[in-house]
Amino acid sequence: MKPVKFEYHAPATVDEALALLGRYGGEAKILAGGQSLMPLMNFRLSRPAALIDLNRIASLAYIREDDGHLAFGAMTRQRTVEFSPVVAQRLPLLREATRWVGHLPIRSRGTIGGSIAHADPAAEYPAVLTALDGEVRVRGPRGERVLKASDLFVTYLTTRLEPDEILTEVRLPAMPAGAGHAFEEFARRHGDFAIVGIAAMVVRDGGRCRQARLATAGAGPVPVRLRAAEEILERDGLGDRAIEAATARAAELVSPDADIHASADYRRHLTRVLAARALRRAAGPGARRG
Amino acid sequence: MMSPESTRERWIGRPVKRVEDHRLLTGRGTYIDDHPPVANVHAAAIVRSPHAHARILGYDVSAALAMPGVVGVITGADVAASTKPFGVGVTAPVHYYCAATDKARFVGEPVAVVVAKNRYLAEDAAEAVVVHYEPLPAVVDPERALEPDAPVLHETVGTNLAGNRRLVYGDPDRAFAEAEVVIRERFRFPKYASTPIETYGVIARWDGLDGVLTVWSNFMGPFIMHPLVARVLGLPENRLRFIVPPDIGGSFGIKSSIYPYMALIGLAAMKTGVAVKWIEDRREHLLASSSGTDRVAYRELAARRDGTILGMRYRWIDNVGGYIRSPEPGCSFRPTGNFVGPYAFQHLEVDASVVMTNKSLTGPNRGYACGHLYFETEGMIDRLAATLGMDPVAVRRKNLIPATAFPYRTPTGGLYDSGDYEATLDRALEHADYAGLRRRQVEARAAGRWFGIGVALAVDPSVSNMGYVATALDPQFRAKPEYLPKSGAMDAATVKVDPLGRVTAIMATTPQGQGHQTVVSQIIADELGLRPEDVTVVDEMDTFTRVWSISSGTYSSRFGSVGAGAAALAARKLRAKLVDYAAHLMEVPVEQVEFRDGTARMKGGQGPSYTVKDLAGRAHWNATSMPEGMEQGLQATAVFGFSVAGAVDAQDRVNSSNTYGFIAEVMAVEIDRATAAVTIDKYVTVHDAGTIINPMIAEGQIYGGALHGLGGAMFEELAYDDDGQLLTGTFMDYLVPTASEAPTIDIAHVVSPSPLTPLGSKGLGESSSMTVPAVLANAVSDALAPLGVRITQLPITPSRLWHLIEDAKT
Repeated sequence: MKPVKFEYHAPATVDEALALLGRYGGEAKILAGGQSLMPLMNFRLSRPAALIDLNRIASLAYIREDDGHLAFGAMTRQRTVEFSPVVAQRLPLLREATRWVGHLPIRSRGTIGGSIAHADPAAEYPAVLTALDGEVRVRGPRGERVLKASDLFVTYLTTRLEPDEILTEVRLPAMPAGAGHAFEEFARRHGDFAIVGIAAMVVRDGGRCRQARLATAGAGPVPVRLRAAEEILERDGLGDRAIEAATARAAELVSPDADIHASADYRRHLTRVLAARALRRAAGPGARRG
Repeated sequence: MMSPESTRERWIGRPVKRVEDHRLLTGRGTYIDDHPPVANVHAAAIVRSPHAHARILGYDVSAALAMPGVVGVITGADVAASTKPFGVGVTAPVHYYCAATDKARFVGEPVAVVVAKNRYLAEDAAEAVVVHYEPLPAVVDPERALEPDAPVLHETVGTNLAGNRRLVYGDPDRAFAEAEVVIRERFRFPKYASTPIETYGVIARWDGLDGVLTVWSNFMGPFIMHPLVARVLGLPENRLRFIVPPDIGGSFGIKSSIYPYMALIGLAAMKTGVAVKWIEDRREHLLASSSGTDRVAYRELAARRDGTILGMRYRWIDNVGGYIRSPEPGCSFRPTGNFVGPYAFQHLEVDASVVMTNKSLTGPNRGYACGHLYFETEGMIDRLAATLGMDPVAVRRKNLIPATAFPYRTPTGGLYDSGDYEATLDRALEHADYAGLRRRQVEARAAGRWFGIGVALAVDPSVSNMGYVATALDPQFRAKPEYLPKSGAMDAATVKVDPLGRVTAIMATTPQGQGHQTVVSQIIADELGLRPEDVTVVDEMDTFTRVWSISSGTYSSRFGSVGAGAAALAARKLRAKLVDYAAHLMEVPVEQVEFRDGTARMKGGQGPSYTVKDLAGRAHWNATSMPEGMEQGLQATAVFGFSVAGAVDAQDRVNSSNTYGFIAEVMAVEIDRATAAVTIDKYVTVHDAGTIINPMIAEGQIYGGALHGLGGAMFEELAYDDDGQLLTGTFMDYLVPTASEAPTIDIAHVVSPSPLTPLGSKGLGESSSMTVPAVLANAVSDALAPLGVRITQLPITPSRLWHLIEDAKT
């Protein structure tokens, strides 16, 4: 388990990193936290000609409040997100999801940008980005562009980023005041990638549900926004019957694959179970009417 | 003989802190990969078959040889030309070499070795080795492998059946004819491994001038593999030196199966002329180290309506993978003496088939074959209880071997040395509050919850008798005059006193984390009236300098009785000499001298006294002060060897282990009705391992054993697709339970000292690894009894369990 020979670069700026990416013409890989890439390289499943290490680019690690959004520099560590007061206040769903990311040493190295760019559909951050309609900023030789969550993920480990582009920032809209949230996940062991995970947010307005957000992890090749299920809740509220109907719909909206950990049917079933648990928790006490 | 007059508390029985932990916890251990025994060591990378089954048509190593830093490439052709195949434990003509020669028979089988300046260059060159394969159809299921049209792995054998024995004890046909109740079930046990933190490692140096091959490795024994490797490499035994580093990072059975790599890397050193180091990486470990067998078992149980078991039939199909590698078929026969477990029934038929398929090879894995045995037996007992409407505890109690029956000879030849099974069971029931759990179950069921209670019992065999492997051979074959019977289990220890009175003990065991240094220092401190810190224990097995025999090594939980016993005997021998010497100095008959608290003195207290230090100084500095006829110097070597375990007899009976402990467990689980996730609510494990030398170390062993068993029960399986490709090649897919998955483990001990060992101790290292699969399966089955779901296959994953429940609902 030794990687094939590769060049290593540790640029100090994004511009330098972009220049290096261009120089290798798609043969280089960006190194962020390295929690997925390094094992892939040691298995020789990933064989880049060069690694361009973003860890020395100090300007890529930040959390900023900006125009109703929280903006995260791509190199912000998951551990930083976990303990950020502003995240706790404005994006508690992200904070809760972070606790499901691997184990402490993994979160200490892993980054928010790396997790999203890696696009493992069973990971937590892509599900949160999808649920909250977030977006990512991307820089490349043709300048900067913004990709919405709904446009970002193509399939397993694949995004719409071009090989010469770098994901520089993750932007998530701050959750509305009074929003309820929950991140539910089922894995065979603590810290594993999800068999299924559900990110949920609801905004209640008296007995009604003004806004519902539901997205999956692990229930298919990309995180899935369960819009048709959300609509049921936004129409019928957050009572038991509405949640029942919405989660039954949710199970129909996913196309999970089978692997050695779980069958497709079981994942579909879990989607429904976890969505219900997440919604009940997000809706909070007193939501069991109707 | 144990200093009964001592006024001090004994060190044995106290949770003495491990002397090993300082170095291990501060990163100062010396493992095989830390080992720099020689300069200019080169690295090996092993080329492995990507095919589950393929004929090897040829090799092209020219590109690899031309790459930077490469000093040589050894292929299967070299292996075929320069080595012999290993002996196997069956009569079928299976040719098992240290690397593939004619065919590759499992994914990951070594086909070539590249030796280069470092591991990076070696792996680069390994990719450049071209092996021409003709892929062949593969078979991975052991029952499918026995069908007439299945692909055959070994043409010389002509079938995938490596061996079959039908063993009959008592009159099982009559037992079944007279039965009022007959229970039948089919079970599947998964292929899982040991997964120590430290993988395999081998360093080999060929000294061409002396003709000596030195092999350093984290090999745990048994050292029967030393003569086998010598024969394979064509070396006289005293020109092949095995050295084991002072620390091994866990083994749990799996590092007995490293010996083919010792031959392969030895050959690479001999062929290239450089010292060669190979450290197995995790991918290689999961792909091709060793595991227990996967087994299909058909069980039948005959009983009376009152719950008395009359007899059983076991039909096993054990899957040993591409070749039957020694000590297989231990998978079927290692528990021969304890086939009946803790139960008194006398009639048994065992039909054991050992099958080769295109999976990786198998061997000892903690609890060697006992996890399989008790998963099936304890499952059958619960089915009997359910059929009769009896409590599972009551059925077990009815059939237990009574405490008055010890030492107890089992119908299969086992000699259970000591125990009180019913008292141990009672202790477990009391700790678990069994009656309270049953009350909770009634409440839970009334509330629609799935709450279940499992019970499992196991006889815990330790110190394997090497001779059991011959159960695999026909009695007619064993009766031939040229057949040499096999038996035995021995270890040696040397204790010496330095001129200032401190003690060094030299052992020939291969500690893998069990704390041998600590335990031996406790034993010797007691025998010589010293403190453990006065005793330095040196292990580092070396076949050139240590006293050893073919049974040497640390496996089958033997250290606690054999190695520890040898240390006690050596210390006693030395103590007797100290007393003789003191009597000579005092000019009194030896009968008037006693040894207490590290001092030899006249009985009654008058006259001079001599401490160990006094005697050491005199003996070393003034050697002629020793009496005539006494061997000079202060050292003693002793061997402890069991004599109760002989060779297999003509009726296939064998005392397959030397001591037999006992385990009683109770587990309560709750199953999430929505996700089918199993939560362990209570887990009680009570052990009778005779005298407990260090309760802290014993507890650690039980924790580890229980988690290992939990792995097989819920998480771990080396899974293959139908083409023989491994699906669990990384730790993302091969799931090992971690601290987060560990339940609270409530441990208690019952002590029935073994009459056969110097300290009364028995083995404890495998312990709950053999019971957790059984107790968990029984608990889950009990929880789901209202649905009629019964566990017949492990691991119990949430997805599998959910499907079982869904199927039962419809």
